[in-house]
Amino acid sequence: MVLELDSKSPKGDIKDRWDNHRFDMKLVNPNNKRKFDVLVVGTGLAGAAAAASLAQLGYKVKAFTFHDSPRRAHSIAAQGGINAAKNYKNDGDSIYRLFYDTVKGGDFRARESNVYRLAQVSVNIIDQCVAQGVPFAREYGGLLDNRSFGGAQVSRTFYARGQTGQQLLIGAYHALMEQVSKGTVELYTKTELLDVVVKDGVCCGIVTRDLSTGEVRSFNGHAVLLCTGGYSNAFYLSTNAMNCNVTAAWRAHRKGAAFANPCYTQIHPTCIPASDEFQSKLTLMSESLRNDGRIWVPKGFDDNRPADQIPEGERDYYLERKYPAFGNLVPRDVASRNAKTVVDEGRGVGPLKNGVFLDFSDAINRLGEDVVKERYGNLFDMYERITGENPYKVPMRIYPATHYTMGGLWVDYNLMTTIPGLYALGEANFSDHGANRLGASALMQGLADGYFVAPYTIGDYLSKLLGQPPVPVTDPAFAEAEAGLRDEISMWMNVGGTKSVDHYHRELGKIVWDRIGMARDKNGLEKAIAEIPVLREEFRKNVRVLGTPEGINQSLEKVMRVDDFFELAELMARDALHREESCGGHFRVEHQDEEGEAQRDDENFSYVAAWEWKGRGVPQELNKEPLDFEYVHPAKRSYK
Amino acid sequence: MRVTLKIWRQAGPSAAGSFSTYSVDDVKDEMSFLEVLDVLNERLTEAGEEPVAFDSDCREGICGTCGLMINGQAHGPQRGTATCQLHMRTFKDGDEITVEPWKVASFPIMRDLIVNRAPLDAIVEAGGFISADTGGAPDANLIPIPKPVADAAMDAAACIGCGACVAACPNGAGQLFTSAKLAHLNLLPQGQAQRWDRTERMVETMELFFGSCTNHGECQEACPKEISIDFIALMNRDYVRSKVKNRKLIGQSFP
Ligand SMILES: Cc1cc2nc3c(=O)[nH]c(=O)nc-3n(C[C@H](O)[C@H](O)[C@H](O)COP(=O)(O)OP(=O)(O)OC[C@H]3O[C@@H](n4cnc5c(N)ncnc54)[C@H](O)[C@@H]3O)c2cc1C
Ligand code: SF4
Ligand code: FES
Repeated sequence: MVLELDSKSPKGDIKDRWDNHRFDMKLVNPNNKRKFDVLVVGTGLAGAAAAASLAQLGYKVKAFTFHDSPRRAHSIAAQGGINAAKNYKNDGDSIYRLFYDTVKGGDFRARESNVYRLAQVSVNIIDQCVAQGVPFAREYGGLLDNRSFGGAQVSRTFYARGQTGQQLLIGAYHALMEQVSKGTVELYTKTELLDVVVKDGVCCGIVTRDLSTGEVRSFNGHAVLLCTGGYSNAFYLSTNAMNCNVTAAWRAHRKGAAFANPCYTQIHPTCIPASDEFQSKLTLMSESLRNDGRIWVPKGFDDNRPADQIPEGERDYYLERKYPAFGNLVPRDVASRNAKTVVDEGRGVGPLKNGVFLDFSDAINRLGEDVVKERYGNLFDMYERITGENPYKVPMRIYPATHYTMGGLWVDYNLMTTIPGLYALGEANFSDHGANRLGASALMQGLADGYFVAPYTIGDYLSKLLGQPPVPVTDPAFAEAEAGLRDEISMWMNVGGTKSVDHYHRELGKIVWDRIGMARDKNGLEKAIAEIPVLREEFRKNVRVLGTPEGINQSLEKVMRVDDFFELAELMARDALHREESCGGHFRVEHQDEEGEAQRDDENFSYVAAWEWKGRGVPQELNKEPLDFEYVHPAKRSYK
Repeated sequence: MRVTLKIWRQAGPSAAGSFSTYSVDDVKDEMSFLEVLDVLNERLTEAGEEPVAFDSDCREGICGTCGLMINGQAHGPQRGTATCQLHMRTFKDGDEITVEPWKVASFPIMRDLIVNRAPLDAIVEAGGFISADTGGAPDANLIPIPKPVADAAMDAAACIGCGACVAACPNGAGQLFTSAKLAHLNLLPQGQAQRWDRTERMVETMELFFGSCTNHGECQEACPKEISIDFIALMNRDYVRSKVKNRKLIGQSFP
């Protein structure tokens, strides 16, 4: 069956679409709201915000996280900031400009209606967060401070030192815990979703495993929201937290939810280069550093002199040279690819020659060390702790690393997946960033989805279910899903192989990074499509999971996640192979101009690729949602 | 370098635990402490021995998931550093390193090095929030907040909820964590309406779970975010005042 991909995007003037849509949607009367059970899976920014807001409205909410507390979600690690079109700086920002920048930054591969709505509600997010007590940075006059970020020429980024994600998540976590204290949210920590239950084509619940006891259990609800984050860890090494995984989204995919644009992955330009083979993850240095740091490499090849002995004239500030208008603040994909180019040329720096310099000496001379410390102190400390080098004295070394995934579950304007009743919010969906996300826009999207979009759109769906009790957990649909999961668990416990799960995850990651990484070509992608299933076969025959399925068993948790990464990686390669163009984070070596800039093909690829599951071992089928640009006309993205 | 790890192993919440000793060679300066445990776990798995269970997630010192007693010190020897950020350049060849979970009654051991820190969430649930339902917020710049106030709130809000302060305290007290959570909200203008109620509830919930504070100051030493014990003084002051204020607020209807 070919899916019907109705975006449900409202018509009319873009400025009025969300307002009109909100008016057109059906409401649930306050007394009826408590008759609806909503399951929110994931309690990061998107999930905590949604669970709290839905409970405030009166729905009966159950919230799930595999973490031991909602406050640990990966959102906590976001450093740089959150965008909002407040125009507090009077520098010409507006909702329209944020919309424009986001569509352009996404390389014209996002849905205009969604992006406009995101820009609209961005202003409410900041108000909401301040009301909750998020301690954003302030100026001496007591008003909120802003900084600028890659891909924008205005200062619209709000921040809380280098810990913006932490503070926003704590705000949402507090709101969630208030509802927990009122009994309107039942919170299940250390509980991992391992299946989505669908009956008669409609989502009716989930099956989970309790990570402390191993208990397999079903939960039913009228609607299920997946707010389970992104899949960068398919690369093994990424800036994501160790436990981030694709399992929830992937298992929904296997139950019929289309997976959109899996090849749109973002490589972040400012991470600390890997130092050895035992490296378990990579550490991001916030992109905000590019505001005051200057990126350079030596002009000569194999220059082994320390940075301070390389005279000005022998340094190549390659971003400032090639992109005078944006300089060090070009978008992430552009900055990353240029770093790869200079390192591949043999001009890399550091012991493994796998980095470029990010130099603060000019900023320190201009602003003084105190100001630099005030802005970036904790990042500098973090850098020093990891590398043993003091960035106030010697330039940082940075290199790109996988950081964010624009692809995810396909959703319509209401954030509903192709399975009725199943929603996806935050990084788990594909919605607003097209082929490339601008800095400080993921936090914005997660909170927009959670606080301001889903609480409305879900009411419209639920209103039609009034009077219908949820499918009971005694229904055969649940029994079947539970039995499937128990079988899977016992299968993994009995493989009896010899190698650890991490071993295979690392091997998979190498293929993904080499072949589906920063630059892709037909040959490499075809190799990936051939290699991944072979490695997966070996993994399924030779992985070793010790212990028992009862109680804490971290190898068992990981083995199921890595198995899902294998299937996802193959789809990433297929998607990348079919998209014969370069756009945003997807750079096909075959499609570049004389200067090495990405070449889009709007005529043939201006669509969302939504892949439909066809069963184990059968390639997914491609469905296309065409993209129309009525407002921001596709043009070559130029940051020169 | 080569190090010897003496690690606490315990099969489950009610099982008896004991130390096992492992040696790991090829340890490099650049490796993080948890990466050494990763390497050990891969070797154990290959040798058919169950890997050591330990918690971590961000590995950047911000999520608060990790937390080990390393040679008897919460989060190990380096000041202002969470376990996941500790690197092996702090140790030297031949070192024997003792690795234990947080050992306090309020955090039961679940397995090996993993403990249950749910009481920290219970304290937040008791009142660690500013009630501001989604949608009704006024413009964010309506209330200017003096920078020093915002900065002080942020200093407190930097707490990562790791529980090292409790683990380091000879009494297993929860004062540093609770005071940091309270100070974040009590210092801000938005937090004033619920200040006294919040303080009373959170402090009393803390007392249900944790030991009492006798001013050892070990908590501040162990805290990876260097949260200051001055916040404890603020909490104590607010708690005393809350008793009076809350009674006044309800028209002294209490005996
Ligand atoms: C180092 C770093 C820095 C960043 N900095 C910025 C920044 O400055 N600005 C910006 O805008 N963005 C930034 N980002 C991106 C941004 O942080 C994320 O995209 C965003 O926080 C994702 O939020 P989320 O709510 O969608 O998912 P997450 O925060 O990842 O939350 C996922 C939740 O789902 C739960 N979960 C997942 N799977 C399951 C399952 N199967 N069962 C049960 N629960 C499950 C988890 O427990 C967790 O609660 C950064 C990202 C990284 C890696
Ligand atoms: S106060 Fe410090 S030690 Fe205690 S929980 Fe917070 S961050 Fe951890
Ligand atoms: S793992 Fe997140 S603080 Fe250590």
